[in-house]
Amino acid sequence: MKETKYSICGMCAVRCPVAVQVEDGEPVWIEGNSHDGGMGKSLCAKGGAAFAQRRDRQRPTAPLLRRGERGAGEWREVSWDEAFDYITSRLNAIVAEHGSRSIMLSDRGGPFADLRKAFLKALGSPNYINHDCTCGRNVNHSSKSVYGLGRTDLAYDYENTRHIVLFGRNITESLKVKEVKGFLKGIKKGARVTYIDPRASVTAGKASRYWQVKPGTDYALLLGIAHCVVHNGYYDHEFVDRYVNGLAEFKNFLVPYTPEWAAGETGIAAAEIEAFCRELNEDRPKVIIHPGWMLARYRDSFHASRIIHILNALMGSIEQPGGLFYPKGPKDAGKSGLKSLADLVPAVGGERADGCGTRYPQWDKGAGMLQTAFEAIDSGEPYPVKAYFVHRHNPFIALPDTRAQQRIFDKLDLIVAVDVNFSETAWYADVILPESTFLERDSILRTEKGLKPGFGRRQQCVKPLHNTKAGWEIYLELAKRLGKGEYFPFNTIEDIWQYQLQNTGLTVADFDAKGFVKLSDKAIWHDRDKLKFATESGKIELVNPKWETMGVPSLPPYVAPDGPPAGSFRLLFGRTGYQAHGQHQNNPILNDLLDTNRLWINTAAAGRLGIKDGDMVRVANGDIQGRIAAYVTDLIHPEAVFMLHGFGTDVPAKKRSFGKGLADQVFMQGKLKEWDKAGGGLNLAESFVTVTRA
Amino acid sequence: MSIYMITQNVADCIGCRACEVHCKEKNNPGPGAFYCRMIEVTSAKTSPPRIDFVYLSCFHCEKPWCVDACPTGAMRRREQDGIVFVEESACVGCKACITACPWTVPQWNPETGKVGKCDLCKDRIDEGLEPACVTKCTTGCLTFTTPLAASQAARQTFAEQLLRNRR
Repeated sequence: MKETKYSICGMCAVRCPVAVQVEDGEPVWIEGNSHDGGMGKSLCAKGGAAFAQRRDRQRPTAPLLRRGERGAGEWREVSWDEAFDYITSRLNAIVAEHGSRSIMLSDRGGPFADLRKAFLKALGSPNYINHDCTCGRNVNHSSKSVYGLGRTDLAYDYENTRHIVLFGRNITESLKVKEVKGFLKGIKKGARVTYIDPRASVTAGKASRYWQVKPGTDYALLLGIAHCVVHNGYYDHEFVDRYVNGLAEFKNFLVPYTPEWAAGETGIAAAEIEAFCRELNEDRPKVIIHPGWMLARYRDSFHASRIIHILNALMGSIEQPGGLFYPKGPKDAGKSGLKSLADLVPAVGGERADGCGTRYPQWDKGAGMLQTAFEAIDSGEPYPVKAYFVHRHNPFIALPDTRAQQRIFDKLDLIVAVDVNFSETAWYADVILPESTFLERDSILRTEKGLKPGFGRRQQCVKPLHNTKAGWEIYLELAKRLGKGEYFPFNTIEDIWQYQLQNTGLTVADFDAKGFVKLSDKAIWHDRDKLKFATESGKIELVNPKWETMGVPSLPPYVAPDGPPAGSFRLLFGRTGYQAHGQHQNNPILNDLLDTNRLWINTAAAGRLGIKDGDMVRVANGDIQGRIAAYVTDLIHPEAVFMLHGFGTDVPAKKRSFGKGLADQVFMQGKLKEWDKAGGGLNLAESFVTVTRA
Repeated sequence: MSIYMITQNVADCIGCRACEVHCKEKNNPGPGAFYCRMIEVTSAKTSPPRIDFVYLSCFHCEKPWCVDACPTGAMRRREQDGIVFVEESACVGCKACITACPWTVPQWNPETGKVGKCDLCKDRIDEGLEPACVTKCTTGCLTFTTPLAASQAARQTFAEQLLRNRR
């Protein structure tokens, strides 16, 4: 029998809607869920490699208990019972000695995190943390300081815009299928694209203007742009008068930051900056200046992003077709939302180990901050943290300086990794609980915000091939064994779904036809005359007094970045559209596309070092070094070198990718302790390496 | 030329390699083999730079060199629509087709020791569907069409562009 099941892809964190055809219990075809018009049948390469992931045996296929030293790769395959018993007894001992707050959990956030938050809360710990210190924390916090809104509280109408401005936002390779389709439609309808990046990614090839900016100077370029826009009056006066506070102070602050000054800092000519600003003035309000997705890059990324948020307001592009819009939720459609699992559990008070809301009052407590939690593990302050659940998250390669992390992890009494893959972090754990691939697992329902809000469902399409479980099964069982079962009165995923849907008037069967349910037939736009912002003044705050009292100046003067020492280059990293986050390099099909990385180096810089295209070179920072082939090109700035992230794995179980290419993060020595002080994002683009002929 | 062809709108291609993966998942050509490929063509001489990808597969020739070269009759041309395909059971792995093809299109499968190549997913075509690469292309830059329809579509696009520029 052949049937189509609608679900949600899990190959990367974008989580696109998919349709899976199943014949006699076997998956035979996967494509985009075309009930979603923005998606169609399109599916990226990672989604296309989903069946290959399921068939692959170079992943954990049964619970594993560590036998040898941490990281030695000596495992004993055990039953789920034994794995759960082991974790339960270790956790009980840790809690008895250090209290329940000594447990922490990190994951990659997203729409299914409610379950994990509920689990950790039930255990009595406030220390849930997502991955965002290596992703969008700077963007999120800067958005809060300008609009009072988080970064996902504004979305982008690419299809109807006139100008898309991207500061390193690599839309075509850091790929979201629906977003890139809208982006290309916008271009087809005549939108201009300005792309700014020290390295020309594929997105540069789609742009009408490309600026190879000096790395680390985005804030300077943005100040020059803001100067030109404000001092020439290239902004939406009506919108600004109505909704923006602090323009006079902003204008005064910008006085020294002329386009000529910015040209000196960034290498982008003043005339080009001025021409660009004139275009913005022609194109507004249908302008999108993307504030960044992954923006854990420089020490001033928070402030660079903050200027972008401000510029969008000056363009008057908020809640505007062809500009930015509020993604609407169930409430905007006059409906009730999903019930939260975390609401079943009493609140956990007390200080967070990572200091969000206390030592770092400006940082969001909901998402936490991993590097300061690591400091707590290391120092035992403000209290000991001894047990760490790592849920499909891979700090060892996501955060800098793997070696420094290992030293900190050695202070933990228990590390439990829940993962589909042998991540580098899982390999260092005490227990690996193998999660089923997304094709084989159900997840809790998710809310899908947008112009037409709704809910979506990931469902099990086929049975697990191996002895693996879904996350919900793992956490519910652990909660029960730890005496917290009362908070989770569920036996099946349908029980959970019914609970979530309780107030919505919907049933689980409503998801069968399309995989999602829409709560509105037509696009919902707010009345543009009655916009509200969640700042204290209710307005867009160019100067935010609340953040200033928390120690974050709204408009700090520009400080130029350190240049690379002689013979050194700033190390940049990125990804392709077919491999992300080190999760796909060992996939049997995706590995066939690319099994190693190269070092991009500027033609002139390479010439000075006697390096020719294809030569093997030695990359080094302190005592860390490695060999890699050079890609000599003018597509990268002379001060920088670049490599794709996710290569050079040290996990021998990943036989296809083991030891191939270099891992960028190991060269970021000392950078676990350096982050943007305002926004919290780690400084992942602030390391220098030497390059010599090997 | 088979009665079909696949065209590519290069401006909409992002080199995401989904076409290659969807083909590999469906047709299982073996490790290292690709029935279709996106070939990157880059030039930094202009700004913005040119970073393009060109879709290359089999041209399904009207008079295919590979079919003529095949000593066993494994390489065949389907009568009803001209699709050139390999009957795997008859392939002895001599590679004569690979040598004969001016573009070296037939692919070597190291696991089976036989040759495979694009057959435009003829099983899907027979069901009224389109090839895997086209069906699931991330951006919709690939089109499964016929030569005459492709020409008409290109003329239409050009005509619209002409008038847009005149305004």
